[in-house]
Amino acid sequence: MTTEQSELICTTCPKGCTLVISKDGETIVDVKAGCKRGKDYAHQELTDPRRMVASTVKIEGARHPLLPVYTAAPFPKPRIPELVSALRQVVVHAPIQSGSVVLPDVLGTGIDILASRDM
Amino acid sequence: MPAKSKYDVVVIGSGPGGLAAAIEAKKNGAEDVLIIERDLEMGGILLQCIHNGFGVEVFQKDLPGPAYAQHFINETLSLGVEVLLDTMVLDITPQRRILAAGKSSGVVDIQARAIVLAMGCRERTRAQIRLPGMRPAGVFTAGTAQRWVNVEGYMPGKNFVILGSGDIGMIMARRLTLEGAHVERVLEVMPYLTGLTRNFVQCLLDYDVPLQLSHTVNRIIGSKRVKAIESVQVDERWNPIPGTSEIIPCDTLLLSVGLIPENELSRKAGVQLDSLTGGPIVDDHLETNVPGIFAAGNVVHVYDLVDWVTEAGYAAGKSAALFALHEREKEIRHVPLRADETVRYVVPHSLDKDSLAEGNVRLQMRVKSPVESPVWIEVRSNGNLVARKAEPYARPGEIITLTLTSRAYDEVQKATDLVVGVVKR
Repeated sequence: MTTEQSELICTTCPKGCTLVISKDGETIVDVKAGCKRGKDYAHQELTDPRRMVASTVKIEGARHPLLPVYTAAPFPKPRIPELVSALRQVVVHAPIQSGSVVLPDVLGTGIDILASRDM
Repeated sequence: MPAKSKYDVVVIGSGPGGLAAAIEAKKNGAEDVLIIERDLEMGGILLQCIHNGFGVEVFQKDLPGPAYAQHFINETLSLGVEVLLDTMVLDITPQRRILAAGKSSGVVDIQARAIVLAMGCRERTRAQIRLPGMRPAGVFTAGTAQRWVNVEGYMPGKNFVILGSGDIGMIMARRLTLEGAHVERVLEVMPYLTGLTRNFVQCLLDYDVPLQLSHTVNRIIGSKRVKAIESVQVDERWNPIPGTSEIIPCDTLLLSVGLIPENELSRKAGVQLDSLTGGPIVDDHLETNVPGIFAAGNVVHVYDLVDWVTEAGYAAGKSAALFALHEREKEIRHVPLRADETVRYVVPHSLDKDSLAEGNVRLQMRVKSPVESPVWIEVRSNGNLVARKAEPYARPGEIITLTLTSRAYDEVQKATDLVVGVVKR
């Protein structure tokens, strides 16, 4: 059995720890991390990488033409371009409250798109 | 217009530092708290920082900038903090008088018992890093581009080079890519990344934006609009290394080359600045060298996490509230001493109401013009006689002394002011 080592930078918090990952083939056998969240991050990142995505959608009847929005949970990384295209089609109307759902279950991922502020 | 002419705590700026200061000032007993904000809405630069990563320390939640701001805006309003928007502070005196102006608020002239400076910082521009070359359109600070893309809905260009690996620069590289622009590369003059590592991963690696360390812009090319930039590798003393220059075609150059605390007002108020941080010199209560003037957030030094700005705002707000309450107590205990039209001045200018319990208080004054006949020197409160003394005459050249004794104690307790005058006997 050969164990391969690789490194990964954790993006969970602003510390940005370097995680050392030992893999045996496709199986992760060990993660050296600064905290437990780092270990979880490594497993997630190597099997199903996800990112929080923030963008804007069109808003009508507000002070600004754009409403900032974000994903309620980390979103599958490979589908981010698709997500951004979907958000370009969205138009909302003021008033809207911070945290309210702008687009539910976006692209069937089960993840909601939320307003980032009152407007 | 502000509702009052005198406030316990006035906070200049409604970014994360200012909002936290106002909230904590209220919670620590300051009754009248006012925020003065030059923008049309509260929140400061957080409103254009639509990316996530805020609040991990304070809320253990990963929030976008506007949502982080919204939390504090809501708390500020629910606590009854007064807010003046679209109002620019023009001057602050060391005595904590504030002069401001705005379209809807008019001219604002108010007195603060304590002030929290929370003006934040602004971006270093092309002029400040002395970038050579032509002066075409298409050279922006990263923050300006961020405001356009995230708030106002304009794209500043199609093909970008970003100078500086600070957080705003890297975050804009991702943002512009998501909005359909191409980011050619990020150049960094230092041999290391100047922003957070996680932004390098999430903003550059994720979107295949190349980063070149120890590289800078040697020259901007283009007459009307940026056509290209010439990059060059530098040695450890930032000197260009010959033979390493490269022409990179682009239509826009973004500068993410540092932030400078915004302290014009601090200087006017007599606040001493640290030449290294560019911000006020503060003690552990975040008080500056000017008593009653506190400072918090990026106006003091540039933070990398907003959560720490909030913490600093809390600390400054609390200190300011305690200072203001102490001032209030002094004001309640002190009764002003004034001269009427017959007297030029009287010293002291105010009297601690408790002083007469401990001993006599000597008032000294000069009359305005000679009175060559017997006079009473009188101290009155709301017309009632508090004390008086007979003199054979009164001359401006000779100081007149009147001693208040414990017999005046009861009258002084009731007094709102004490007026000194001379009348003929």
